[in-house]
Amino acid sequence: MSDSAAELAPREPAHRVDKKMKFQVSAADKFMTVLIYTLFSLFALVCIYPFYSIIINTISANDLSAKGDVVFLPKHIHFQNYLDVFKIPGLGNAALVSLGRTVIGTTLTVGASAFLGFMFTQEDMWGRRFWYRFTVITMFFNAGIIPWYLTMRSLHLTNNFLAYVLPTIVAPFFIILVKTFVESTPKELQQAASIDGAGTLTLFFRIMLPICKPILATVAIFAAVDQWNSFQDTLLLVTDSKLYSLQFILYNYINQASSLSTMVNLQNAGSTAMASLATKQTTTSIRMTVTIIVVAPILLVYPIFQRFFVKGIMIGAVKG
Amino acid sequence: MQTRLYSKKSISIRKFLYILPFMILLGVFAYYPLYGWVYAFFDYMPPIPLSESPFVGFKWFHSLVENQVKVDQLLQVIKNTFGMSGLALLFSWLPMIFAIFLTEIKAVRFRKFIQTVTTLPNFISWVLVYSLAFSMFSSEGIVNGMLKQLGLTDSPILFLQSSDHVWLTMWMWMTWKSLGWSAILYIAAIMGIDDSLYEAAHVDGATRMQVIRHVVLPSMLPTYFVLLMLQIASFLNNGLEQYFVFQNAFNKENIQVLDLYVYNLAMGGGSYSVSVAISMLKSLISVVLLFSVNGLSKLLRGESIV
Repeated sequence: MSDSAAELAPREPAHRVDKKMKFQVSAADKFMTVLIYTLFSLFALVCIYPFYSIIINTISANDLSAKGDVVFLPKHIHFQNYLDVFKIPGLGNAALVSLGRTVIGTTLTVGASAFLGFMFTQEDMWGRRFWYRFTVITMFFNAGIIPWYLTMRSLHLTNNFLAYVLPTIVAPFFIILVKTFVESTPKELQQAASIDGAGTLTLFFRIMLPICKPILATVAIFAAVDQWNSFQDTLLLVTDSKLYSLQFILYNYINQASSLSTMVNLQNAGSTAMASLATKQTTTSIRMTVTIIVVAPILLVYPIFQRFFVKGIMIGAVKG
Repeated sequence: MQTRLYSKKSISIRKFLYILPFMILLGVFAYYPLYGWVYAFFDYMPPIPLSESPFVGFKWFHSLVENQVKVDQLLQVIKNTFGMSGLALLFSWLPMIFAIFLTEIKAVRFRKFIQTVTTLPNFISWVLVYSLAFSMFSSEGIVNGMLKQLGLTDSPILFLQSSDHVWLTMWMWMTWKSLGWSAILYIAAIMGIDDSLYEAAHVDGATRMQVIRHVVLPSMLPTYFVLLMLQIASFLNNGLEQYFVFQNAFNKENIQVLDLYVYNLAMGGGSYSVSVAISMLKSLISVVLLFSVNGLSKLLRGESIV
């Protein structure tokens, strides 16, 4: 298993072949190389430009960005937008909700995945095969969103923070990842520990949990991104604005940013420093600034943890 | 001997008891929602509870095909579902091609950069995708700003409110978001190709395209086949979020896939029972599809996919 995305892709054969065949490289080959580089560069640009353009717009003069004038470089840089958005009521609270569900939800999911992944390798557990299938099969069917909504409501899980963290605790895909990992560790470890008199739980906490750290890091990253990005559960189950997540509030803002900008501007009207058009909040500036706040954690975490994502999908592919 | 047997049994049971709480959670959140299907057989009108709602049997299932207006509406929704899933199916080979040509890039840093950047969109939510789309393509967005500056347009083009090419634009957003990520599995498959195959091809004097066609492509087909089967199995499950966030009054007719239609019927129109009836049919057909492709896979490759 390779450790990073970079190591995944083409290895030596391609290089070797080309070195030996250097004198044979045809015009068609050269053309293909140029074409490949151009197309991939273009697609990469299409992937990254939206993020870049929004970032430069949030730090440019708001009157210019509202007209779509900021395209390649920021103009008249200022950071007032990032101070002003926190004057929108509910944004701070939504950030807390999102952070809370991400931390609590991820912790629960990682803990449960580790424990269940380990337990499903215990061959002497009563009904092991049945319960494993009972878990995995849930990946392949669902009742549908409305039946799900109606039953969640009957369980009083509407307008309830628990609705964010309880349903994701048992996650079949993550359990498969951990189980595969545990199976790849030497059996002697567990055997030696049980001969020394360690019970199941001691075995799990003392021996397996430390060994499983790498795969649990992968699970944690996946689970955290899922929690942070989750939108549908708020949409269906939550009407209490105190429980709105950042994603949900961003969705609302996209549709109502104009009234919010008016409000922030009214608040600012009191302080004399705020007069310039460049820092006056517009529909565009509010929407873009909130977008960056919501996407920032992903952008910050992603480059560091990319290799975990890759690892996760590879192990999953082997087994799943 | 007797006591040891007994203790073995008790250990076995105790281990089960450890996982029992989790199995209960799974029962509640994955299996119990199936019970929600009973709403399809009642005339459920909130706030009147289900226990006091009249039982109507298959009334809602009949109603789906009774009224011409409703039939037309449902047909349009099915058409959208088939159109968008069909487009995705038609281009399901794209990640494979992406992986093949990405691995043709020999500059390691450049390749790493491309892979990192193209995988990123997979990790942002649909709400964020919509927000990016809005910033780029709304009437005051960056694209319209550029077009205006270049003097190409007088009045802004309303990309997002357009009812034309909705299937295509939805497919494009989907591809933008997931192409780089989907390619990773194929990159892994390419990595697994035996060096000796490349060497043999080289000895035989194969050109670059010939190596791709006769060495790389065949070794990826098993992966492609499995993913294609899974994609067919989820043909009806487009998901709700993407279509929900991009939906507006102008494109509604062409964007409503089954998942969104079911949502709109219930949460917008209050027709919970009809909505559940459609949900139920959809889930049942999906399970049948899954079994079918699984059977097909057993027939063609001798192994099941689930």
